[in-house]
Amino acid sequence: MKGRTLFQKVWEAHVVRPETVDAPAVLYVDLHLVHEVTSPQAFDVLRERGLPVRRPERTVATMDHSIPTTPGAARFAIADAQAAAQVRRLEQNCAEFGIELHGLDSQHQGIVHVIGPELGLTQPGRTIVCGDSHTSTHGAFGALAFGIGTSEVAHVLATQCVLQRRPRTLEVRVDGRLRPGVTAKDLILAVIARVGVGGGAGHVIEFTGSAVRALSMEQRMTVCNMSIEAGARAGMIAPDDTTFEYLSKKPRAPKGADWDKAVARWRALSTEEGATYDRSVAIDGSALEPMVTYGTNPGMALPVGSRVPDPAEVPDSAARASLEKALRYMDLRPGQPLVGQRVDVVFIGSCTNSRIEDLRSAASVMRGRKVAPGVRVLVVPGSQRVKQDAELEGLDRIFTAAGAEWREPGCSMCIAMNGDQLAPGQYAVSTSNRNFEGRQGKGGRTFLASPLTAAATAVTGRIADARELLR
Amino acid sequence: MEPVRRIVSRTVVLPQRDVDTDQIIPARYLKVTQRAGLSDALFADWRYDKDGRERPDFPLNQPKTKGAQVLVAGDNFGCGSSREHAPWALRDFGFRAVVSSSIADIFRSNALKNGLVPVVVDRDAHERLLATPGIEVTIDLETRTLSTEGMRVSFPLDPFARHCLMNGVDELGYLLAQSNAIAEYEEDACAR
Repeated sequence: MKGRTLFQKVWEAHVVRPETVDAPAVLYVDLHLVHEVTSPQAFDVLRERGLPVRRPERTVATMDHSIPTTPGAARFAIADAQAAAQVRRLEQNCAEFGIELHGLDSQHQGIVHVIGPELGLTQPGRTIVCGDSHTSTHGAFGALAFGIGTSEVAHVLATQCVLQRRPRTLEVRVDGRLRPGVTAKDLILAVIARVGVGGGAGHVIEFTGSAVRALSMEQRMTVCNMSIEAGARAGMIAPDDTTFEYLSKKPRAPKGADWDKAVARWRALSTEEGATYDRSVAIDGSALEPMVTYGTNPGMALPVGSRVPDPAEVPDSAARASLEKALRYMDLRPGQPLVGQRVDVVFIGSCTNSRIEDLRSAASVMRGRKVAPGVRVLVVPGSQRVKQDAELEGLDRIFTAAGAEWREPGCSMCIAMNGDQLAPGQYAVSTSNRNFEGRQGKGGRTFLASPLTAAATAVTGRIADARELLR
Repeated sequence: MEPVRRIVSRTVVLPQRDVDTDQIIPARYLKVTQRAGLSDALFADWRYDKDGRERPDFPLNQPKTKGAQVLVAGDNFGCGSSREHAPWALRDFGFRAVVSSSIADIFRSNALKNGLVPVVVDRDAHERLLATPGIEVTIDLETRTLSTEGMRVSFPLDPFARHCLMNGVDELGYLLAQSNAIAEYEEDACAR
């Protein structure tokens, strides 16, 4: 018999009703994560129809998108009336329907994709959904995790299931050893540049290969987080000793004899010899460079030492028009080097790069240095736990001594819903996941990069190759 | 949900490819707790100038496109976030179908739940539609065809999605009817 892939095993274990020509599969959801922005209308559906939440214990909520990240007590006083109403609504909905909520006063509050793993809720083999496209993050544990819309949030609340056609599989194999100064963020930006922003549509990516196996859990989360930026439904990495070591210390992970049973089950999830993928892409990890985007989607990325591409050299007319539009928005000249481009703001945070290792990485560059004059630097930890750990290690003092802002956890300037935003025309290097027009504030211009590159840019005021500073 | 069987309308063309959900509705408009009334936020950063006036050169602002129910867009429409506010805003503005050469997964799924028909056509048909803004098209769900003068192309539409659209069935009702199967699954999963 042909072997099965990791995806196939997780999918098949959750099929309540198999798909037919006439109907999609009914797929069971083990864990549902909820935040304030995409859930209010879903709870309204339950109320309109008089439905209860089928399995309240399988849903966990937090607030992250629209909350202030202002340090101190100010974060509780939400000045924006709409945002305040949204946050209050989540509190009311969770109370009414009996859902665990990590609100602003909780020691576990944080970005939904940061707290799931750190609580140990994210486990191998689980199906995990959330009304947020970066739910793909949780695939780093060998879970099948994907973003859903608000209608589906209501479906999961009411039935603990979603309707899904089975996606195809895409193997992204990265072998070799990443060179010093090249990070998980650079790896995934290189993958998206290769596959394209729509190239993964209809597929679940499984990341394989020695370069992927060598990544820590937090680095794997960075990789899977941005699977959606290649258009993929989800990204997955088979669980291994790195996964089990990470989970063994987490509060909600199984304990004692249950732990041993769970590990045995999780070990059996890996893709088997002889299993095949619908498509495969291979990338040489040892050839990767630090990457930075130059355009208005995450696929427009190049090694940091490159020059801005020239639309005149792009043969396809739609691609040429897209590049021209992007360069107009970014106000960049074809042929200009990326290194040396002046920036106004550096943002270190988001569900892509706000975990403790990301902050250590940024601090390794900023230690003993000063933020360049005229540059605003925001460091936004992903969760209260990350913030606390960073403060115990003294990372906060490295950032503040350099002249950066050390803020409270939240999505912050990744999505610019909470007042943390670029002014029109400003340039930012950001460790987040989207450089779409206006993503970080109307008229703002984003260069996506790793925490290392962001920190190097913070202290030089210009896009920099962090390797020069680390020597 | 209101059944959709046939849409006859002029088109509005947005030729850009990779139009992401942050363009369809910028994040600052997501602080609402209802789904209605988002049409003003649709394509807000492309539609209005810095003083909030409509830009005359933006396709949705041209008088001849008023009332059009079919949006023809470049490749990979709706990429990015999972915000269902994107199809809510398109529907609230009056669109009933989006036509492209490819449509991003989460957006397509969200569109189907709101009576917004995702129509994926082949490259040739797509290029012709992009090149002729404002032509009248007929989108027929029964035959799964898009036709206009001198052209008739079929488009894929999942049989289940088509059934739901044509009969105004919402998926939650279908899922609720599976509650016995779901309970059995839960019992089995506990026993494992």
